[in-house]
Amino acid sequence: MLGRTANDLFWLARYVERAENMARMIEVGYRIALLPRDGEGFHEEWRSTLASAGCVQGYFEKHESLTTHDVINYLLFDCSNSSSVKSCLKAARRNGRAQRTALTRDMWESLNGAWLEFSNINQAGVTADELPRILDWIRSRSALYRGAMLNTILRNDTFFFTQLGSFLERADNTARILDVKYYVLLPEIEMVGGGIDNVQWGAILRSVSAHRSYRWVYKEHYRPWRIAEYLILNRAMPRSLRACYDQITAALDQLGEYYGARSACNDTASATRRILTDGDVNGIFQSGLHEFLEDFLFRNNRLGSEIAETYHFNA
Amino acid sequence: MNGAGGGVRPAYQSIAEWLGTQRLDDLKQKLVEAEALFRRTGITFTVYGTEDAGERLIPFDIIPRILSASEWRRLTRGIEQRVRALNAFMYDIYHRQEIVKAGRIPEELVICNSAFVPEMIGVEPPLGIYSHILGIDIVRTSENDFFVLEDNTRTPSGVSYMIENRETMMHMFPDLFAKNRVAPVEDYPDQLLKTLESVAPRGLDREPTIAVLTPGQYNSAYFEHSFLADQMGVELVEGHDLIVLDGALQMKTTQGPRQVDVLYRRIDDDFLDPLVFRADSVLGVPGLFDLYQAGRVTIVNAPGAGIADDKAIYSYIPEIIRFYTGSAPILQNVQTYNCRKADDLAYVLENLPELVVKEVHGSGGYGMLVGPTASKDEIEAFRKLLEAQPENYIGQPTLALSTCPTLVDAGVAPRHLDLRPFVLFGDQIRLVPGGLTRVALRGGSLVVNSSQGGGTKDTWVIQE
Repeated sequence: MLGRTANDLFWLARYVERAENMARMIEVGYRIALLPRDGEGFHEEWRSTLASAGCVQGYFEKHESLTTHDVINYLLFDCSNSSSVKSCLKAARRNGRAQRTALTRDMWESLNGAWLEFSNINQAGVTADELPRILDWIRSRSALYRGAMLNTILRNDTFFFTQLGSFLERADNTARILDVKYYVLLPEIEMVGGGIDNVQWGAILRSVSAHRSYRWVYKEHYRPWRIAEYLILNRAMPRSLRACYDQITAALDQLGEYYGARSACNDTASATRRILTDGDVNGIFQSGLHEFLEDFLFRNNRLGSEIAETYHFNA
Repeated sequence: MNGAGGGVRPAYQSIAEWLGTQRLDDLKQKLVEAEALFRRTGITFTVYGTEDAGERLIPFDIIPRILSASEWRRLTRGIEQRVRALNAFMYDIYHRQEIVKAGRIPEELVICNSAFVPEMIGVEPPLGIYSHILGIDIVRTSENDFFVLEDNTRTPSGVSYMIENRETMMHMFPDLFAKNRVAPVEDYPDQLLKTLESVAPRGLDREPTIAVLTPGQYNSAYFEHSFLADQMGVELVEGHDLIVLDGALQMKTTQGPRQVDVLYRRIDDDFLDPLVFRADSVLGVPGLFDLYQAGRVTIVNAPGAGIADDKAIYSYIPEIIRFYTGSAPILQNVQTYNCRKADDLAYVLENLPELVVKEVHGSGGYGMLVGPTASKDEIEAFRKLLEAQPENYIGQPTLALSTCPTLVDAGVAPRHLDLRPFVLFGDQIRLVPGGLTRVALRGGSLVVNSSQGGGTKDTWVIQE
């Protein structure tokens, strides 16, 4: 496989995952913005959403204040925002089109179909009534693409690089959401334990579609250290850091086997995975949740660069 | 569709009956479905200069164009003869130039031709073939008269439409295929792969590695490049994916450099190698041409293959066929007036309203005059162009192109057609029964180019 192909497949997977995550974060932000509040509280919620998406600076270069309308349109449709849903879909399709030969027909048609349908959405400004439909559409399109991929793709390097892109992006996303909100998970906050905290905790879980599964797994009320444990260490939770690293190390192992040579990336990924398999949530809180997440994000990024270098993405 | 006597020709009998049973609204609905199918599959061509709105569909017509088995046999014989002669011509002019020495073709027409690549003199391409992939543009003017309008010997495009048009038709009208014995075209990619493998560098002790070289996804024919690479199961590479290393052409893979033996390039000669041709080219590979000359890699089609489809050379092709094959051409050329000759120029200037005038180096239907449909002003404008640079133009009589029923706004109406069969030449000549039928969608128009509002049709060769 060409190094350029591997690069495009890796990033195609990241863009699709990112678009889906963006839809989920907007949904949560919007939900909180609808809650009755005193004063300007919900504006800060949008700041968290922008921070989780890594878009704070970019947003304030274009807008002076936080308004629901501006934030939503910035995150959905603004082409100057490289993480907007539109930018992600456009880049995903561009990468897919450049690698038509590596994509199955089902994958290509779902990707191309998504882009064509998206182009038909009125982008001049989304109204509150239209928002849920658009967010649902983004998530269902992402699911369709991923389903088409899993059902039809050859289990060779095409698949392994796609998996790597998907799960590196997902791990990055989950870690960012936690890091932006880490303070509401700190033990002293729980003492306060008011309704707003419950909403905040619920919001974190909703951002990764985990608010219902949490109840099934833990059979109890939201507790912040449980939430942290669930999203960081629980192997059954498909968006947890642990679950992502199970997939990443598996893909790297399979890639090594396929190419007949392990690389240093396998060791880097395994080391990060060990932190997640061996760690416990008390230890993480004791040494600092924020520090833990920062370290994780750094490791995750470094792994991405190592993969790109090892497999000649930009040769 | 109709024969000399006005009746429907036998090959069209079944489709004419079918058409008689169809409601216009249903047909139009089918057309809408077909277009949605093309768009979803991404069968588009890119319009230059834009990124966003830049992908268009080539209009597709759902009524097939049909050739009988005996017509196809005759075309096949004529095309094979032509393809062999064109390649023999190219071998000759890049070696001993016997045809020039024999005085059968003027020397300056070859040597001073911009499509002539002097660097190719003395180069020995595998099997002596220069043009492995050709598209021969053919028009029909009556039941028994076929003319070759143009030979495309560089990088003919459109073969992906031949295959996808058929896919679409089979998807939408399975009944028609059950009732008619339509020769399949789907094994073209397989035949192309065999052809490419057969011209691998001499002395290779392993299966050759093939790659398709594209200028990238903003090229108008990008869909076709990726389609062919995909169907053959070979890498689609861009210039920057390739490097000359250790005396071989290598592509940069996830596992390091891998050798490429045969490069099916879809970029022009000028861009192949900045060290030899255009120095500003970023589409090609520095050092590629040296490797080619040394026989370490095969470039398909060979650099310099454009000399055989130059419009000024075209009028000598009957002569070329006689010279190299010793027999008369099976397929006729269109009578052509070379405006570089004083007599021909005078004739063309006198008869502009009846003639088609084309630029020698033009393509895509640009820069041409169709006398019978042109306004007085257009004719006078062309007269000035001709007088200023006569050697840039050829004139041809306006042909009464055959027509085929075509779905247009008002209903089903006859529209003019041409035909481009795709020929492969390696260890043998391979010709898939069919081709790309282009149709002028405007009533009365004779210009079938997609850039000028032309569309395409599925092309059926009926098996006996």
